[in-house]
Order: sequence, then C-alpha cells, then structure tokens
Amino acid sequence: MKEIVRGAAVIILVSAILLFVNAKLNEGGGSGGKNTITVYNWGEYIDPDLLKQFEQETGIKVIYETFDSNEGMMGKIEQGGTSYDISMPSEYMVEMMTEKDLLLPLDYSKIPNVKNIDPYFLDLPFDPGNEYSLPYFWGTVGIAFNPTLLDGQTFESWDKLWDPSLTQQVVLVDSARETIGMGLNSLGYSLNSTNLDELRQATDKLKKLSPNVKAVIGDEVTQLMVNGEAAISLTWSGQAADMMYENEDIDYIVPEEGSNLWFDNMVIPRTASNIEGAHAFINFMLDAEVAAQNADYVGYSTPNMAALEFMDPEVIEDERFYPDEETRSHLEVYRNLGLEMLGHYNELFLEFKMDMK
Amino acid sequence: MNKRLLRPLYTVPYTAWIILFVVAPIALILYYSFFDLTGHFTFDNYKNFFTSVYLKLTISSFWYAFLITLFSLLFAYPTAYFLTKTKHKQLWLLLIIIPSWINLLLKTYAFIGLFGLYGPVNAFLEVMGIGQQQLLFTDFSFVFVSVYIFIPFMILPIFNALDKLNPTLIDASRDLGANAWTTFRRVVWPLTLHGVKSGIQVVFIPALSLFMITRLIAGNKVITLGTAIEQQFLVTQNWGMGSTIAVFLILFMFIIMLITSGSERGTTTNGKIK
Repeated sequence: MKEIVRGAAVIILVSAILLFVNAKLNEGGGSGGKNTITVYNWGEYIDPDLLKQFEQETGIKVIYETFDSNEGMMGKIEQGGTSYDISMPSEYMVEMMTEKDLLLPLDYSKIPNVKNIDPYFLDLPFDPGNEYSLPYFWGTVGIAFNPTLLDGQTFESWDKLWDPSLTQQVVLVDSARETIGMGLNSLGYSLNSTNLDELRQATDKLKKLSPNVKAVIGDEVTQLMVNGEAAISLTWSGQAADMMYENEDIDYIVPEEGSNLWFDNMVIPRTASNIEGAHAFINFMLDAEVAAQNADYVGYSTPNMAALEFMDPEVIEDERFYPDEETRSHLEVYRNLGLEMLGHYNELFLEFKMDMK
Repeated sequence: MNKRLLRPLYTVPYTAWIILFVVAPIALILYYSFFDLTGHFTFDNYKNFFTSVYLKLTISSFWYAFLITLFSLLFAYPTAYFLTKTKHKQLWLLLIIIPSWINLLLKTYAFIGLFGLYGPVNAFLEVMGIGQQQLLFTDFSFVFVSVYIFIPFMILPIFNALDKLNPTLIDASRDLGANAWTTFRRVVWPLTLHGVKSGIQVVFIPALSLFMITRLIAGNKVITLGTAIEQQFLVTQNWGMGSTIAVFLILFMFIIMLITSGSERGTTTNGKIK
C-alpha cells in the first residue's frame, strides 16, 4: 500500500514538474510575447532567409508554424489555443472566416506597401475593399502533361481529356471543388454553380471520363509526373511549376473554356496578440524586393506589381504562370458556397469516385 | 477487513477508463449523428445514409474487407502452422511481427515505389518476359498491400492456438485411423477455430475503415467507409453525417463481434461482455 502511495506521489510530482517546464518553455519561445509574432503558413511557402531578414530589420522574433489544409487551419484558429498573429487562408476560406468573425480588419496606415499590389488583384468579391486580407500568391488550375509520353495530344480544351486514346492516363486531384469544377468548366458552366441540374450534368460528364482516369490522389502526383509514371494531371499552377522544375519535359496549360483563379492571402486572425507586429510583417512581405525574392524561392505567381521588376524576365513573361488579362478574364475565383453546397459537391464527387470502375 | 473495503477502489481506474475512452466517445458520436449542419435535431443523416451512394459504399467496403480477410487467412494459417514446426519458433514469429512496428504510412509509401511503372517489381516482370504491368491503382495492389499490413495480426492468434494444441490429440487421431486431411478437418481446425475467429476480428474490422491506403495505393478507385468519414469531418465539416456513418460502422463491428465470438470456451472474451 505504502509503495503505491509513494509511486503515485512520484508520478504526480514528475507530471507537475513537466507541466511547469512546458509552461515556462511556451512563455519564453511562444505566443503572447511583446516582441514575437506567430506566423501560421502552408508548408514550403516562404523563403526562410526572409524570416531572418525580418527579424533583423524589426527586432521582432518570428515563430513559424505550418498547416496543410484550410479547414485544419481554421479549426486550430477557432479553438484559439495558440495566438497566431498571421495566417494565409485561400480566398473561399477568407470568406468563411469573415463570416465566423475570426479575422481582424487591417489598418492600412501601417501597410504603406499595399501600393505595390497590382490593382487587378485587389477588391475582389471574397473580401470587398480588402478589409481583412491582402493577396500573398496567386495561381490557376490547369492540366500538367508530359508530351514525351503522349502522341501529340494537346489540351487547349478540357474536352480533350475525354479522348478515348487516353485510357488510364489522367490523374485527377482528390478535391471536390477542383474535380467537379473541371466538369462544370467543360460544359461552360460557372465554377461556383449552385444549380443542382448543372451539377448533375457535370457529374454525369465526369463519369464518362472514368475509363481515362488513372487515379484520384493528392500531392503524390508530383512524384508520379516527375518520374514519368503519369502523363497527364489536373493540378494547381504552383504544383505544375514544381514538376517542371524537376522534369523539363512537362508542360502546363489552362484550357480555354476557363478555370479557377485562386489566391492565398495574408490575414490577421482574431487570436493575434501582437497586432502591431503582424502589420509590420504584412508590410515587409509586400516590399518589392522581398516579394520578388520570395516568389523566386516559392515558385508561385506574385500579385506584387513592383516586384516584377526585380524578377527574371523569362519567368514573368511565361504566359503559363503569368497569363495575360485576356486569359485571366476566363478565370473564376471560388466563392464560399456554404457548408450545405460544399456537402453536395462532395457527395457528387464521392458518387463519381464510386463509379470509377 | 481493510482490504475488503478497499477492493472496489481497485476497479476505479478501469471503470474510469472505460467510461472516459469507450462509453463517452460512442455516446458523443451517437449524439452528434442527430444534428444537421446548422445544429438542429434531425433524422436526415440516417435517411441520407440509405441513399444509393452510401449503401453502395457500405457494400464495397464489406467486399474489400472480406477479400482482405480471406487472403490474410489463406496465407496466415499455413504460415502459422509451419512456424509451430520450426526450431526457433519465437524468433521466426518475432521476425514476422517486427514489420508491424513500422508506421503504416511509411510502408504504404514504400509500396508506391515498389509497384511503380519503373519500380523493382515491374523490372522483375520485364525480365521474366511478362512485360510491364500497371500495378499501382488497381484492386490487386490494394488487396495485396492491405494483406501485407494486416497479416501479422492474423498470424499471431492462429499461431498461439496451434502452439497450445496438444500434439497427443493428433497422434491419437492418426492412431485411430484418420488420414492427415481428416485429422486437420476434425481435430486441428475445430481446436484452433477460436484463433481464426480472433484473427478475423482484428483484420476485418480495421479493414472496413481503412483510408489513406485507398488513396495512396488504390488512387481512390476503392472507397471505404473510413474515407467517407474522413471527408465528412475534414472537408465538408458535416460532423452529423460523419458521425452517422461512424454509428453504422460501430454497429457493423458489433455484429461481426457477435458472429465471431461464438460459444468457444475460454477463448475470445471480446464481445461477450454484453
């Protein structure tokens, strides 16, 4: 009996010490300190040298954490365990977070560098007047393909994917909005369609694609494309850039009928404890040279007009990643369709996946 | 005296554990399954489950779980049998168990490389004159990888059952004129059936809710109940529907427990609690 009591006492003591140490560690390194900001960003989405440069210039220490899905990120911010000062949600998530009152309005007197942003990317429907967000990177959804594995097929139209000669060649992305969206685009409907009849037609059309579908997967597709295992994939422009960086044969195209134009945006969540520092960070990232260096490192397209001057002209003249306004006019930004519609999209997507064989 | 009074106290940790980590989560899942997206009480989730998409999903989940269990059993039984005949059986057993300590995702990623068009398996097929085959994203690769992952859990209980089998019973059976097949069918099999049943339980039930492998190896051409639950919670944020699917999964598990627990003496205690 005595031993049990003694054992229990030891365990309680050790736990208490660990809790104390944990609290101390968090205090020192983490959230809440006056001279730190906590940045919550997608993985591999910033040049780490810039974080150091920011720390040197401003004396504010950066704690950097990453997430891999918008929904997961929102969940953590909603719980409010960590005081994130900066986050980078995609456009539909900015809308959703605004609805849930999870964001703080931006104070433009502290962000003079906003003048560097191309006005084309400002004041968009997901955040009118940029009250809560500023664009960080942008891109498109399109088709990455490897001509050396094909017999000269090209993809200026979505319908080309339905070509019977492409049996078991096309890799789709495991995401309802993108895949159902491709069906909608190929029929000339809006990517934000909430018309049940249009969605049904899109799903039925996708089902006809089944024989050509090799797989529906996530980021693993990059590796499959790079080593020549897959010839065609529905993908985001940034991911296509990654593929092309490693395998020069690969090409990327945004089909004519239209596609998705997406943005990842800098926001200040309501959990922020260093609002001053967060504004300083946003302003720093919008500096022309900083944005240019970041775009060069990350490989996505920057909305920063002033930064283009500092970039390799070959990159910014590449129509595939910096399409002209005429092409961009065919592109559509996702709207937050509400949870019920999102559920419907996912159910249709599930139906398509079930039907694949 | 004192000891007797203290005795009920010893059950506190166990009871607390069961209530906190078994009863409460199940109750919560059941509770959430009655709410729609806007937080209103509803039976719609249950109605929705009986639409064609989810029913088809359930049937296909069962079919693949059945295949995985069947092939695991077909390979595990002979393996376990020969293991009991080897000299250093504990060592051999350990070698079979060790791979199950490696993270499941790591093993799955390894198979993407192995089964790739330019992977070693295809290189071998090429040398054999069979030629390159599309292995990834097929039913074959899905069942193969799942069986590979689950087989240690099938071997272990069968091995234990075979190992405990009294060899004199086999001698007796042979003495009484039964041939090898009859001995197996009438003596060995019935006496190791409880091992087979616990093997089926630990393979079939997790196989029903497999996800990740469905995407990485089968390229989402195989969809299980697990995939659907993941989608509902992470993407659609429809906790109600996710919980409803989970409720059915739990129901199926109970049914399988009931079927496989049978009336064997002193064997599987699982599912007999009720």
